[in-house]
Amino acid sequence: MIDAASVSTVAVAMLAGSLRVSTPFLFVSLGECLTEKSGRINLGNEGVLVLGAMVAYAISYHTGSPWLGVLAAALAGMLLGGAHGAICALTRVSDVAMGIAIMLAGTGIAFFFGKPYVQPTAPLLPTIPLGFWSDLPQVKSALAVSPLFFIGILAAVLLHWVLRTTRMGLRVRIVGDSEDAARALGLPIARIRLLATAAGSGLAGIGGAFLSLCYPGSWNEGLSSGQGLMAVALVVFSRWNPLTCIAAALLFGAAGALGPSLQTVGVTQGYYLFYAAPYVVTLVILVLTVLPGRSLRGMPGELSIGR
Amino acid sequence: MTAPQDAALASRPAALRAAPVPTNTDRFYPLRRTMEALCAPVAAMLLAAAAFSLFLLVLGKAPADFFDLVWRGAFGSWFSLQNTLQRASPLLLTALCAALPAQLGLVVIGGEGAVVLGGLAATVAALLSAGAPPLVVQVAMALAGAGVGAVWMGLTGLLRAKRGINETIVSLLLAYIGLALFNHLVEGPLRDPASLNKPSTYGIGEANMLGPLPGTDLHPGLAIGAVACVLCWVLISKTSIGFAARITGGNLRAAQLQGLPVARLIVLACALGGAFAGLAGMIEVAAVHGRANASLAAGYGYTGILIAFLARHNPLAIMPMAVLLGGIGAAGGLLQRRMGLPDATVMVLQGMIFVSILTSETLYGRIKWFQPRDTRR
Repeated sequence: MIDAASVSTVAVAMLAGSLRVSTPFLFVSLGECLTEKSGRINLGNEGVLVLGAMVAYAISYHTGSPWLGVLAAALAGMLLGGAHGAICALTRVSDVAMGIAIMLAGTGIAFFFGKPYVQPTAPLLPTIPLGFWSDLPQVKSALAVSPLFFIGILAAVLLHWVLRTTRMGLRVRIVGDSEDAARALGLPIARIRLLATAAGSGLAGIGGAFLSLCYPGSWNEGLSSGQGLMAVALVVFSRWNPLTCIAAALLFGAAGALGPSLQTVGVTQGYYLFYAAPYVVTLVILVLTVLPGRSLRGMPGELSIGR
Repeated sequence: MTAPQDAALASRPAALRAAPVPTNTDRFYPLRRTMEALCAPVAAMLLAAAAFSLFLLVLGKAPADFFDLVWRGAFGSWFSLQNTLQRASPLLLTALCAALPAQLGLVVIGGEGAVVLGGLAATVAALLSAGAPPLVVQVAMALAGAGVGAVWMGLTGLLRAKRGINETIVSLLLAYIGLALFNHLVEGPLRDPASLNKPSTYGIGEANMLGPLPGTDLHPGLAIGAVACVLCWVLISKTSIGFAARITGGNLRAAQLQGLPVARLIVLACALGGAFAGLAGMIEVAAVHGRANASLAAGYGYTGILIAFLARHNPLAIMPMAVLLGGIGAAGGLLQRRMGLPDATVMVLQGMIFVSILTSETLYGRIKWFQPRDTRR
């Protein structure tokens, strides 16, 4: 049953799947990376992702413009992330626990208002046909890449540059690495973290828009399967470096595409186990990369998960 | 220019902000502390109720109708009260799954995985011991459910203690993996071919089911959950292990300097919590469903986290909170029928309660009346 042809089919399908599935991972991990660079963790990005998907789909349905939907998703994400950032600025409030609460609240709000949009079809984002050179329909559909993928890569490069070379990026990193140093410099710690969290959640919201407007390309309550939380692990894996986030997202995307790819060649046994591949990959990567008693290179010093 | 300085002062440890008042000079300090622990959550819940009322008003629904329906659907009649308590029973156990590791300062959120795998293991145990007396089968089911739950969550504790990997992420990843494993086994190797629409395992047999408590429709899970909560309270507040755990949660470095077995405590707390979650799955199988299927993954593990935080990880406070959340869940159907509200309404309300209860953490130590006073003159 397993021959060269089906292996290459799976390979093409996984490549295609990787390009598709990785984009939400990329956006959420970039957002999480920015937030964590400022010394705070936002598990609420899972809720932001779901809310972003719903808002994008609803706005696209009502206005007929999917790009407006993407914008609205980013705004909704910034709002929810801003709430997280503002509340966590209060003393004694745990950012990890608040993230879980924001996740529940965001998902609840999305399901509540998303009920009427499960049925109707909204206009989706167009794709860029990079497979024009090929006659094979599989290759054509595999290389129909969403413009959001390229925007994501652009955002990663931009974020890397901002964090590394600009004054703004330096301030974020100071606040994230040492509150004492930031205080000594008179930096507005709470405000910088609030902005970093809101901006990060804005990116996560765009990731959500991809889910509903590109791939899978519909809105329902089972749309997100924990990408927002896996982004936290992904950021650890990429050592808080936006450029490495791209590679990590592609890897996770490929793992996520394993199950559907095997289905295309008729392997239906163990569907659920292949479906769990990204979680297993995440876990294995965490076990392999995190060493006890040693802080990871690039990890912000003020991060609560690092203590 | 003053804002950063204020923030600087606020984020310093409390001890540096003001000279500490010796608590032993204030006779009323225990009372003050208890009042603080009661008032802050109540204030938070009132705030959440107010915010949710506003939400309903914006949508053009009457908040009074909503709370009236929740009351009637949750506690208004013997039938609805039984429904509420039925829903609360697994929540008691899954809340412990989050509250026990929380004593050590860990945020464990993967109880759902232990629930489904515990339920599945219990079913397998029943199928393997078919023919034995019901009591033997039930004990085997309980041991299998609790054991598998303990191993699953213990793994989270082990990775945390030995490798320093964040327990929140690991427990959630394991929950997803556990659910996938559960679905694979229920829809594959363990599936009863006769279950067409809803893939299920073979039934455990009518004789092996846990019967209702005398005079009610309630299954014994409620009693088991309540006993577990009381036992955990004793464990945490009256034993040296519990004391060691609270020291570790309060100040890790102090615990390490004291030579406390921190790693072992972490694994123990996680495994014990997982055992309770697995037991919850076993009870759902043995008292409600009679077999393992997708009904087990009803989100009990996730609601348990919310309850643990509402109870501020105090096992005794888990009991009323589980009943409250069980009641809100029980009223969900009535809300859908009478007010035309989608089922996600309950989630929105839960989210608001969760956010405001966590926000209320900031009140502790802020209100002067609740703080110890210096009565030496």
